[in-house]
Amino acid sequence: MLRLKKLVKTYKTGDQALKSIDLDVPKGQVLALIGPSGAGKSTMIRCINRLVEPTSGEILLDDVDLSKLGSGALRKARREMGMIFQEYALVERLTVMENVLSGRLGYVGFWRSFLRKYPQSDVDEAFRLLDRVGLLHMADKRADELSGGQRQRVGICRALIQNPKLLLVDEPTASLDPKTSRQIMRLITELCQERGLAAIINIHDVALAQMFVPRVVGLRFGEIVYDGLPTGLTPDKLTEIYGEEDWEATIEKVDDEDEIEAAE
Amino acid sequence: MSHRELDDMLGTKWRKPRFVPNPYLRWTLTVGFIAYLIAAYMTIDVNWARVYEGLDRGAQFVLAFTKPDFVSRAGDIWSGLLESVVMTVAASVVGILISIPIGLGAARNIAPMPIYLICRGIVAISRALQEIIVAILLVAIFGFGPLAGFLTLSFATIGFLSKLLAEDIESMDKVQAEAIRASGARWMQWINYGVQPQVMPRLVGLSMYRIDINFRESAILGLVGAGGIGATLNTAFDRYEYDTAAAILLLIIGIVMALEYLSGIIRARVQ
Amino acid sequence: MPVLERNGGHEWRRRTTGESLIRWFGWLIGVAVFVVCWQRISEATTWFFVWDAPRIADDIWSRATPPRWEYITQLGRPIWDTINIATLGTIIALFLAVPVSFLAARNTTPSALFIRPIALLIIVSTRSINSLIWALLLIAIIGPGVFAGVIAIAIRSIGFCAKLLYEAIEEIDQSQVEAITATGASRWQVMAYGIVPQIMPAFAGIAVFRWDINIRESTVLGLVGAGGIGLQLSASLNVLAWPQVSLILLVILAAVVISEWVSAKVRGAII
Ligand SMILES: Nc1ncnc2c1ncn2[C@@H]1O[C@H](COP(=O)(O)OP(=O)(O)O)[C@@H](O)[C@H]1O
Ligand SMILES: [Mg+2]
Repeated sequence: MLRLKKLVKTYKTGDQALKSIDLDVPKGQVLALIGPSGAGKSTMIRCINRLVEPTSGEILLDDVDLSKLGSGALRKARREMGMIFQEYALVERLTVMENVLSGRLGYVGFWRSFLRKYPQSDVDEAFRLLDRVGLLHMADKRADELSGGQRQRVGICRALIQNPKLLLVDEPTASLDPKTSRQIMRLITELCQERGLAAIINIHDVALAQMFVPRVVGLRFGEIVYDGLPTGLTPDKLTEIYGEEDWEATIEKVDDEDEIEAAE
Repeated sequence: MSHRELDDMLGTKWRKPRFVPNPYLRWTLTVGFIAYLIAAYMTIDVNWARVYEGLDRGAQFVLAFTKPDFVSRAGDIWSGLLESVVMTVAASVVGILISIPIGLGAARNIAPMPIYLICRGIVAISRALQEIIVAILLVAIFGFGPLAGFLTLSFATIGFLSKLLAEDIESMDKVQAEAIRASGARWMQWINYGVQPQVMPRLVGLSMYRIDINFRESAILGLVGAGGIGATLNTAFDRYEYDTAAAILLLIIGIVMALEYLSGIIRARVQ
Repeated sequence: MPVLERNGGHEWRRRTTGESLIRWFGWLIGVAVFVVCWQRISEATTWFFVWDAPRIADDIWSRATPPRWEYITQLGRPIWDTINIATLGTIIALFLAVPVSFLAARNTTPSALFIRPIALLIIVSTRSINSLIWALLLIAIIGPGVFAGVIAIAIRSIGFCAKLLYEAIEEIDQSQVEAITATGASRWQVMAYGIVPQIMPAFAGIAVFRWDINIRESTVLGLVGAGGIGLQLSASLNVLAWPQVSLILLVILAAVVISEWVSAKVRGAII
């Protein structure tokens, strides 16, 4: 469904963040993108929805080359891709509900969105999503009153209400404590399964990635150095991706699956 | 709407929570504001015919900026500008020097109560009285000329700087200051080592900002006879000499820009 | 901080000899400039009047007290006009300042090469020139009256508000804007959802802050004929009706204090 061909990104500063990436993501597959900081993970997912303009190469979403779209068509294409951010990137001074509904901006006209007159179907969908992530009672709270985990759930709702085919997730757990991190990862992967969504999840916590996804792609210096099952990540492979370190402790099987607490 | 179930909410309208939740209050405020605007507009009494006539002169004035006349009244412009600069410099120096002790005195955490009250009083009076009104009174007392302008600007500088300096001192890091005091320093030493380093960069920045304001204000003091370029400007407007007026305004803008640029550099260096 | 070796011992000094020489030289120049400025002021001053000042001040004081309280009945309309000048001027200025600030902010300007400099020029030129000068100019163009005052206040405030606002726009959290962009929102929607909510508190604060300043400024616009209570002040001064002058000054003082109180309250409520 998503196919990257020879994707290259060189920043103005001269940093070659991506060196000819080829990647194929079939429909409904969730994959984790791991790699040390600076490997080019964020750059890659930002190139896909063109928050960062790729230098060369093709980005095919259902056979449409996103890298060649004009601004109108690009906006239509962006609706198909929900994005979730590390620091949540909620509009802090808007309410939870407005943040969720802002996921529909690509579908409604300016005045409707400006006057907050969204179609009832959008409003209902927002209620359903908030209920699904356990935040329905927070709908009219302002986003800056929420905790980190709650904010990230709102971020997830905002991405899902776009009704996307693909989720682009940039370090969803990097600002969260370990327990909340797992809850959020579980929520994302479950929602992807429920809705048959494909997802690319940037994550630098290898253990967390191994716990939740069926496919792992390792990035180093802008190149793919691993692509396969999470179980195939041997200490040797990790050394190749991250550099020399004692990996035994990291990949030790994580078996304590603590329960998701019903939100709040 | 605490803990309503999803089923209750599906199909219900959603609207953004109002900024003023009470509907009566909200409508009173809205209607009151609109009524005020209408009343205010009605009492303004615009003479549109006069305004229409004026458009022509307005256009002339705008055009004057393309060919400002620095020459015909070069003597007046030069002496007026020089007087403005002289007043600015002298008033800034004196104002800054005086505002340091008053700023110290107006900081609750280092000044004893009686001194605090006196200094706060001075600050309050200086801030409440605008430059132009002070200038009118001082001209009445000291006669026409730059002395009144100089005193006005000094007085205004004191109110401005002392207040900000005092606020800065009140919000400074107590631990640093206490560490110095603990070492057995005297009051002067304590100020010098514990307080001064903390507030110095901001004091320099604010002083630069105040110099900028003083120059701008010095341009209007001439309107009431307190010296500076204002008198020349007023004459130019009275005689409809727009090209001279444009020249003066351009000079003022230029000097203000130069001062801002300079203060930007200095502020960057002290920080 | 250099340590000098001298007489076999170490001597600690804050600065090297060269540095302190330069500093002394700087101070010397500063003092010299101040002395020159002071001399020019002194030359332009009639010192006879200055020595006589205490007597004159005393004289004015005895004439001005007590204020002529019953005159307050004639001040209702001028006070109303003054408030209108400030309020309407602020509202107009805000309407104009918003687009200017978006054009001036680095992250929202459509063209950093052509449009941004124009916006910055508007900001600098309207900000550098005092509202009294704008009033003079507008009176020359459209005639005296409240309307000229409103426009003068509006023009003067554009640059002030736009400058603070564009700085606020440049400081927004870009990730929130990116998140909105990533949903497929249009340019205007990104502005309404990603940028506007972030600058709203700054906007409200600036509006109230400027309104407070404008109340002060509009009290004196009448001195040049642009309406408001300044007209009465100017008329009373012309006929040396000091008891009226003192009453007007008290009213102005009250207006300034009240507006400062209101603006502090409103800002407190916003933040
Ligand atoms: N806006 C930018 N301008 C210049 N260089 C950048 C920019 N963003 C990222 N880079 C560079 O690109 C490389 C990859 O960064 P990034 O994609 O953020 O890595 P990751 O998300 O894996 O930590 C880094 O070397 C970084 O310095
Ligand atoms: Mg990253």
